[in-house]
Amino acid sequence: MSCLLQVRGLVKIFGALVATNDLHLQVMPGEVHALIGPNGAGKSTLVAQLAGELAPDSGSILFEGLDITNLPVPERVARGIVRSFQITSIFPQFSALTNVSLAVQARAGHSFKFWRDASTDPTLREPAQALLDQVGLGVRGNVPAGELAYGEQRQLEIAMALATKPHLLLLDEPLAGMGREEARVIVDLLRRLRGGPTILLIEHDMDVVFSIADRITVLVYGTAIATDRPDAIRANAEVQQAYLGGEMDHA
Amino acid sequence: MVRNRILGTLLAIALLALPPVAQALGEPFYIGIASRMLVFALAAMSLDLILGYGGMVCFGHAAFIGIGAYVVGILGHHAAEETLLLGFIPGTSSGWITWPLAMLCAGIFAFLVGAVSIRTQGLYFIMITLAFAQMAYFFFVTLKGYGGDDGLRLPQRSQFSDLISLRDKTTFYYVALGVLTAVYLLLLRVTRSRFGMVLRGAKENERRMLHIGVPTYRYRLAAFTIAGALAGLAGALMANQANFVSPAMMHWTRSGELIVMVILGGVGSLLGPAIGAVAFLSLEEVLSAYTEHWQIALGPLLLAVIYFARRGIYGALVTRRVL
Repeated sequence: MSCLLQVRGLVKIFGALVATNDLHLQVMPGEVHALIGPNGAGKSTLVAQLAGELAPDSGSILFEGLDITNLPVPERVARGIVRSFQITSIFPQFSALTNVSLAVQARAGHSFKFWRDASTDPTLREPAQALLDQVGLGVRGNVPAGELAYGEQRQLEIAMALATKPHLLLLDEPLAGMGREEARVIVDLLRRLRGGPTILLIEHDMDVVFSIADRITVLVYGTAIATDRPDAIRANAEVQQAYLGGEMDHA
Repeated sequence: MVRNRILGTLLAIALLALPPVAQALGEPFYIGIASRMLVFALAAMSLDLILGYGGMVCFGHAAFIGIGAYVVGILGHHAAEETLLLGFIPGTSSGWITWPLAMLCAGIFAFLVGAVSIRTQGLYFIMITLAFAQMAYFFFVTLKGYGGDDGLRLPQRSQFSDLISLRDKTTFYYVALGVLTAVYLLLLRVTRSRFGMVLRGAKENERRMLHIGVPTYRYRLAAFTIAGALAGLAGALMANQANFVSPAMMHWTRSGELIVMVILGGVGSLLGPAIGAVAFLSLEEVLSAYTEHWQIALGPLLLAVIYFARRGIYGALVTRRVL
């Protein structure tokens, strides 16, 4: 099977810091691919380059066989690469439903439509409501997004990302800052997404990573040192070494 | 919502009844003042599209107004002198031609300003719009053929067949009211449309907008151009109202006053900035009778609005729905 995303020799340097160092990565269609690594391993820098916010210094990114290394963010989204944010990024003053219907609208083609009231347009509102139902926010549609609980805002973000019909969903620490109960809701949601978009997941919670990922890539100092199935990663001596026997013990 | 409707009805009745009431009271002078307010209301409303809905603090809006006004003034001047503009364009005082042309020219200028400025944000955006407006201001100052610094008298008001004579105060008032109402209804639709949602979304969280796949630049530029064209229309009206055009119309302090009107009335509400324009000019009218430094009173008022009524006069009167 040909891969969905292929990263070749990616390099990103900030002054003296090599954040991404000759990084190679392959994500296969349909898989949940987790990206783990110690703090400062360059996980978020990689996601920013994949999403198009940061331009790599060298190397290339191929998505569905096409070189997208130099495409701006909106065009990548149009091609199906969509990210969520570690720090919640929503439209706080709009209702939850409007947040999602704006994303539906973005997918529906250009917005040079000046006449019809978008807030009563069933071609936007109905798919948006269905997505809210899917992420478990069905009854919270009328609440201003800024007034939702933190966990609910993360659910909303996932609904917005799904509204853009991604082929590859980049989830940057979807569980960051969450309580146990809130995290469980998101993990269940991620499980239900299986069979939908391919997911590249960055997450610190090793229990979650090892339970839902099909494959795991370990990043150390900006380089992918191993990519394998969870049990193989757990047994990998080099990975053990990289984590200095720390976090991996709990996995 | 019922209260909103009652307030709206009262406002409409008051606006329609103003000329006959002023005539009956023997104070037709007020019709002219009210007309000027309506024209400024139009200008403030056009600024609200980009400032209030788009979050773009344009500090050069008066330039678009001035360009619209000068289109009417210059073409009227050539019509009266029976000369050609640039040696090949005949003048005219037909409003059917000059008013759309005022919108077109102001719109084109706004497009150019926007194309450069919208790539920047915050302070840089403000400074670039200001810089363009200053260029426009000094350009017209140097046009000695059209009065330079002193400005240009309109030889006659814009002609609309024989149907309407703008020389009549009451007619001008209703024309201004009609244009304002039409623009209001138009912008009401635009701001609630998909286009409007993109504009509001980009103000609220531009990064998010990009990451749901919307290239915000082109929408902001379109909004900026529309706002510029509508300001040009306000300029055409202003030229007719004052019977005079001059570079002073596009001085940067005028752009600042327009921003004050929008904030005073309530950003992002269309009617609010119109109310803000009326409030601002009323204050000027009343207070300038006592002192030419009447803006001393404006300062504390603006502070009060910003501290106690963020959504301005309009926000204090009207309940708002969550989108």
